[in-house]
Order: sequence, then structure tokens, then C-alpha cells
Amino acid sequence: MGRYIVRRVIQMIPLFIGISIIIFIVIQAAPGGPEMTLLATGRFVSPEILDAYRTRLGLDQPIPIQYFRWLGAALSGDLGYSYKSAQPVFAVIMERLPATIELMLAAYLLAAVIALPLGIYSAIHKYSLLDYTGTGLSFLGIAMPVFWFGLMLQLIFSVQLGWLPSSGRETVGDTGFVDQVKHLIMPATVLSLLYIAGWSRYMRTSFLGVLNSDYVRTARSKGLPERRVMLVHGLKNAAIPVVTIIALDVAGLFSGAVITETIFAWPGIGRLFIQAMYDRDYPLLMGIIMMGSIMVVVFNLVADIANATLDPRVSYD
Amino acid sequence: MTSSTPAPPSSTAAVLPGAATLRPPRTQTKIVWAKFRRHKAAVVSAVVLLILMILCYGAPWIAPYEFDQIDLRNVRKPPSAIHLMGTDDLGRDELTRLLYGGRISLTVGISAALFATVIGAVLGAISGYYGGNVDNGLMRFTEIIIAIPTLPLLIIISSYTKASVAVIILVIGILSWMGTARIVRASVHSTKRQDFVLGARMIGCTDRMIITRHVLPNVMGPIIVGATLGVGAAIIVESSLSFLGLGISPPTPTWGNMLQDSQATMASRPWLTIFPGLAILITVLCVNFMGEGLHDSLDPTVRSN
Repeated sequence: MGRYIVRRVIQMIPLFIGISIIIFIVIQAAPGGPEMTLLATGRFVSPEILDAYRTRLGLDQPIPIQYFRWLGAALSGDLGYSYKSAQPVFAVIMERLPATIELMLAAYLLAAVIALPLGIYSAIHKYSLLDYTGTGLSFLGIAMPVFWFGLMLQLIFSVQLGWLPSSGRETVGDTGFVDQVKHLIMPATVLSLLYIAGWSRYMRTSFLGVLNSDYVRTARSKGLPERRVMLVHGLKNAAIPVVTIIALDVAGLFSGAVITETIFAWPGIGRLFIQAMYDRDYPLLMGIIMMGSIMVVVFNLVADIANATLDPRVSYD
Repeated sequence: MTSSTPAPPSSTAAVLPGAATLRPPRTQTKIVWAKFRRHKAAVVSAVVLLILMILCYGAPWIAPYEFDQIDLRNVRKPPSAIHLMGTDDLGRDELTRLLYGGRISLTVGISAALFATVIGAVLGAISGYYGGNVDNGLMRFTEIIIAIPTLPLLIIISSYTKASVAVIILVIGILSWMGTARIVRASVHSTKRQDFVLGARMIGCTDRMIITRHVLPNVMGPIIVGATLGVGAAIIVESSLSFLGLGISPPTPTWGNMLQDSQATMASRPWLTIFPGLAILITVLCVNFMGEGLHDSLDPTVRSN
């Protein structure tokens, strides 16, 4: 098992290098560069100053050289300095990361708490009213544009009812727990919608498959109480593909966070990304996307390991 | 997989008494259609989608106004008898803009999904059929693209391209082919080992013939389902991009940029936000239901009667 993990980790290295190359090329291909921020001030900036700016940042070098400079520094932990704020990229990211992690975690937990029991109940009481409602809502959740859902929630709960604040992470001057929760509910709900929809259906399908299996029939015929049959024998096996999906879905959290943070003005990595993009802040952009990609790849590995651990039929190839 | 056979020639009818009344066998298409008809939700969705497409693509003839017809006497009006969905800040009729916007959103969705499906199917077929280094290389490449968060990459790419319809289609398509490629690869991989493929190779069929005439028709099922669901996904991606301000820019309406415009005045003019979003929701919902129905219909292991 350990060898399997080591082998997978080694395989991840060329993957990361490939990712970084592609991202680097895509980012650099953007017309204009960070010197745009100088021009955007509206004052006249002479071409010599623009050229000197680019040279100082090393942007006049051919792209492969720029890439290897970045790679060399990154491998030793130095992600460079943000063009806009001249702060180390790592520090800038770390400053905003907790807000995004809070949002992602809240959305994840919300989705798990709602979707999994819903899926199990839907499977056990197939074709009941709750089952049809749940399935219908799932379809709705998958089809709903995330940002529209966010806008609708803002409309209903902030504008019409006035119950919840419409943006930000906390009210100035109020650091109470209740206030933080009030700010967190809507963004977390919006981010979690897609996952609630997907996971509940997946759980339902998986549990249905388990309910028809031989070992459940055996457990019942042995006279075990139904609750034990369901929860112990059924759930443990039905959970395997669901856990895999849950780990793989982390990939989409990043994209979802970008939109959610934009709508609700949440001070996290997503908004930082959009801002960095407008500023053409290359080091910051590279840092953020690399971090997102690393998270995706790591959680893919976690999904595989979880699958191999939980499912006794899977052998470590 | 065969076309319907014609009635047996009269000579056969003379020899075999019952032959003249042989029915043509049920073709693949008929079986799929019969199974599809049983999914009421899918059929209803297909009809709704058809109506929607007729309304949107027929906008020049149906819409009551022009999409950029500015009427400054009627700005910011809620839904009323003359403006069924209200007007926006410049007095433009929302319903008209919704219909015209639908043309672009639907076109982008369908085209991007087709584009992505074609790329994915071709790459997946090559990868699955030839195996070996080609397969490895293509799959590594696919993994790399999958690992990069899609929306941020899309945001970057579309921020520096001129946002025309063709460019948006291209950009969305380039980042959506991976799912289809994987499915096609797996399907080709398993189909390749079947006996009829071996037989075809034995009689000397070229690789291209085998892929196009024997392998691909069997893989069509997942491809079609993937393409259908991809339309929904592409519509949502296009609207997300437009909402963020990248994508087709006003005055040309798309459902996405109508939502972006409406964001500022959402509190006082909610109808501007509700209708475009509802349009996206209904369209993608119908597309997904249709995809579900197609998935069951095209699966040969599901009983047809």
C-alpha cells in the first residue's frame, strides 16, 4: 500500500510540471502585461519607462527562460512576488486562503449532511413522495446556474426579507459567532447546491444497488434487525463509490468558489484570482492556479487511496 | 444496425407460403425511439426544447420589438400588457431580448457541445484503438487538462480574446472534451476485443474501416448522451462567463450578459434577473431530462418492451 502511494506521488511530478507549463503559456499569451496597471492610472507613461518596467520584472526574456526561472524558484518554495503589491505571492495567498477554506468546508459539510441521508432515504423508500421530490430537486440543482441561484437567494433573503446580510464575511465591528454564521449561510448554500444534487442521486443509486445484493438478502434472512442490515451491511458498501465521488468533486469547488465569492463579495482566493487577472499579475496567477491544480491532483490521489482502502475487492495494481 | 429489408421477391413468395407477409424487422432506430417514448419526462422535455428553439430562432419574426430598440419613455417598467416581461434601463423590451439572447445561448451551447464531442470522440477512439504509447501520451495530456480548474482557465483565456460567438464556442469546446474522450476510450477498448472486430481484421479491413464501420457505431450511445448533457453544461458555462463580464458583450444579448446587466438593479427591478435565469434553468433542465431518456433508450441492455 505504501509502495502504491509512493508510486502515485512520483507519477504526480511530471503531471505538475505539465500543468505548470500549460498554465504558464496560457497566462503569458495574454496581450499586454502588468505594465497595463501603469497605463491605467491615466497619466502619461513613456515607452522607456514601460520597457524598463518589463525588463526589471524579467518579462523581456524569451518565455522558456522565464518559465525555468519560475520553476527553479518555485521548487525551492519561492513563488515570486506579486506585481501589484510587491508582497511574496505565498504570503498573499495565505492571507486570503482561510476565508475560502471556511467557505469550501462549510459548503462541503452542508452538502454531505443533506445529500447523504437524503439519498439513503430515497433509496429505502423508493417512489415515495420524498423520493420524487428529492430527485426532482436534484435535477433542478444540476440545471440551475450557480450565480443565478446566488442572486435569487440575495433577492429573497437580503432584499425582500432582510434576514441575512447580502455580502462580505463579517459586519464591521461585530465579531460574534452568530454574525459570521449569518454571512456564511448563503454563500455556503450556493456553493453546495450542485453537490447536494449530485451526491444525493449518487448515494441513492449506490444504495439501491446494494439493497438488491446477495449479502443484504443473507443478512435479512439471518434475522438481523432491519436497521442493522441497512446501516452496517448496506451503508458500508454503498458508501464506497460515494466517497470516491466526494473526493473527486473537490476539483469543482475551486471553480464554484470563484463565482460564489464574486457574487457575495467573499474575501477569498476566488476574488483574489479575478483581481489578479485584471492586473495581469502573473506570479500571483501562477501561484493561485498551481495551488488549485495541486489540490485537485492531491484529492484525486485521496480518492484512489480511499477507494483502495475501503473496497476490499480492489487490489493495489 | 441494418436498414429495413425490402419485401421478399415474388419468387420466394411462391415457394414459401408465408413469405409475402414478412414484416420488416425492427430497426435500431425504431427500438431506440420506442424506448424513448416511454420516458414521459424526456419526451415532454424534448417538446419543450423544440418549442423554445422555434421561438428563439424565429425571434426576428415573432418578437414584438427589436432587441436594441430603445424607448426612453418606457424605461424600467415592470411586466405589463405591452411589455410582457418588462423593460430594462434603456427601455428595451425584455421578452425580445430574451428571445434573441436565446438564439446565441442555444447556438453556443449546441455548437460547443458538438465541437467538444467530436474532439473527444476522435481522441478517445484513437487512444482506445491503438493503445500503447499513443494511448499513454493522450491520457497524460487529458489528465493535465482535467487537473487545471476549468473556470479559472476559461476566465483567463476568454479575457484576452475578442469575444465573438465563434471564439466562445471554440474556447468552451477546447476545455470540455475530456469526459467524452475517456468514455469513448473505454468503450473502444472493450469493443476492440470482440470477435466481430477480429473477423473484420482477418478479412483485411483497414484500421480506418474498422474504426468507422464497426467500432464507432457501437460507441454511439455514450457519445450521444455525452453530447446532449454537454449542451446543458456549455450553456451554463457560457452564461457564467458572460455574467463575469467576459463573453459576448452588449448590446448583443445573451442570457448570461442579461443577468450581468441586471445585477446592479436587482433589488428594484427583479424581473430583469428572474427571467433570463429562468430561461437558462428550464433549457438545461429539459436538456438533462432528454439526456436521461436517451441514456436509457440507447442502452441495449435495457429491455425494450
